[in-house]
Amino acid sequence: MKKSIAGGSGSATGLEVALPRSGAIQPVLTRFLENEGLLAALLLAPTISLLGVFIAYPFVMGVWLSLSSTSVGNPGVFVGVKNFVKAWNDSIFQTAFQNTFYYTFWATILKLALGMWLALLLNRHFRGKRIVRASMLLPFIVPTVLSTFAWRWMFDPTFSVLNWLLYQTGFITTKLPFLSDGTYGMWCAITVNTWRGMPFFAITLLAGLQTISPDLHEAASLDGANGWQRFWRVTWPLLKPVTLVVVVFSIIQTFSDFQLIYVLTGGGPANSTHLVATYAYQIGVATGLLGEGAAISLFMLPVLFIVVWAQLRYLRRLEGA
Amino acid sequence: MIEQRWKKWVYFYIPLTLFIIGTLFPFYWMFITAVRPDVELYRSWRAVNNTPFWTLNPTLEHFRDLMAKTTFPRWLWNTFFIACASTAISLFCGLLSGYALGRLRFPMAGTLGTAIFVTYLVPPTLLFIPLANIIRTFQLGDTPWALILTYPTFLIPFCTWLLMGYFKTIPKELEECARIDGATRFGAMVRIIFPIAIPGILSAGIFAFTLSWNEFIYALVFLSSPERKTVPVGVVSELIRGDIYFWGQLMAGALLGSIPVALVYSFFVEYYVTGLTGSVKG
Repeated sequence: MKKSIAGGSGSATGLEVALPRSGAIQPVLTRFLENEGLLAALLLAPTISLLGVFIAYPFVMGVWLSLSSTSVGNPGVFVGVKNFVKAWNDSIFQTAFQNTFYYTFWATILKLALGMWLALLLNRHFRGKRIVRASMLLPFIVPTVLSTFAWRWMFDPTFSVLNWLLYQTGFITTKLPFLSDGTYGMWCAITVNTWRGMPFFAITLLAGLQTISPDLHEAASLDGANGWQRFWRVTWPLLKPVTLVVVVFSIIQTFSDFQLIYVLTGGGPANSTHLVATYAYQIGVATGLLGEGAAISLFMLPVLFIVVWAQLRYLRRLEGA
Repeated sequence: MIEQRWKKWVYFYIPLTLFIIGTLFPFYWMFITAVRPDVELYRSWRAVNNTPFWTLNPTLEHFRDLMAKTTFPRWLWNTFFIACASTAISLFCGLLSGYALGRLRFPMAGTLGTAIFVTYLVPPTLLFIPLANIIRTFQLGDTPWALILTYPTFLIPFCTWLLMGYFKTIPKELEECARIDGATRFGAMVRIIFPIAIPGILSAGIFAFTLSWNEFIYALVFLSSPERKTVPVGVVSELIRGDIYFWGQLMAGALLGSIPVALVYSFFVEYYVTGLTGSVKG
């Protein structure tokens, strides 16, 4: 039995004596794979080629499309920033752009507040803890489109169970125009988004809470801190790193949201609840103006860029510290 | 003592109960609508005999119609197949690149790691229009491959990220021992490191599966024939005829379309939660 003696990790060339059952090709291949750099290149090749073809290339193409007059069946010519200017002056786009900020802001605040509250509740000991924790994630697991349909049915203009409930309990005397009014529609969307995203906050924050030693709380209460003070002085500072990361994720997802609005209001009534992504779909896919649609969706880029950049800087700082 | 108990109700039991009701009510509503006969479904909300929260005449009619009169079973199969295939591709790529980034030293490792992290944060809604163009050029439009190849764009970065973190926690000595015993670098990776990482692989796989089961916009844009669609797109575009919503059928579809992911989730809650929390740790 022959043996190969390889160097410790990090040494690019192991001291190869020979290999067991070696064919003619195997030593070459093996020596090739012993080189860390070459092995890494080989291992990364599938990922990089897939992401290159389906992320980097579409991105470049998206930028090109946004600068051209391309539409379905028409290759189009270079038109400069015309599409961007057109979108910027389009009143529906302006509404959609503002809506996107409004929607992201309120949904994120609500998700954070409620998610934090739920995490604190779930961090206690009670009977049936496991099953309650598991079932709380359901809104996040189930396909958003399908659960949004259930909400749409609950907001139905004629048969809304929520109207029925409010009417029976005496809060209202006439039906609320849930999805037939722009402002109501936006808040319905924010509600559904909060309902769907809150569990994600709660469960990740709960994971963060569980790493905080109970001794710290005990020490704080011995020093006379009440519940509120213990939360702000002990829990919150320790939870801040994970909270920031979760908030960044949530902002990106909420800001680029599409499916929820598409199903709940379809951008209506009278285009008052569009988000940037749904409007880009309307123009780019439903109408077929690929150039203008691509330009509209690229309006999301600066915001996403800032958020990602801030996130990366923050991660660097954590690693540095 | 009495004050203690009172406080526990106000600060704990009541809020928790409200959270549970708020979270689960839409699912209950889905269920009750799906088993309610049409007569009851479209009754005036001020009707005297209205019992919105339960029904005395449950029916399976909507489920029967859904299975027999629509292509719903077909959509279920499509979704399942696409989710499995794209999860498999993403796991394969993520496993290899996660290992490379987590355990090998090579130039540009940091830059590549950052690049993959950034692609992780690119939302599908930013790229769907040019991507639709590319899919058309590759002649993949209206085939499952359009989705099987594009879903990995958001699954691979996630799998890589999660598995990279996992690989980093495995002590280096383990691999070195194997290599001293004569294993090649590649052999040590496949036989020693990958088996240890099975919990991580399971987490990544389950999370990826649910993400691809739920994906909507690519499926909406890339598929057009009714029998090729996935559940979310099929329910949205085929169960509404004209302006008419068949709520019983829609809710039956929503329920049946949610059950597979809910089942997978319920069997692997712990892994899913690890995947979820791992996905944001970075």
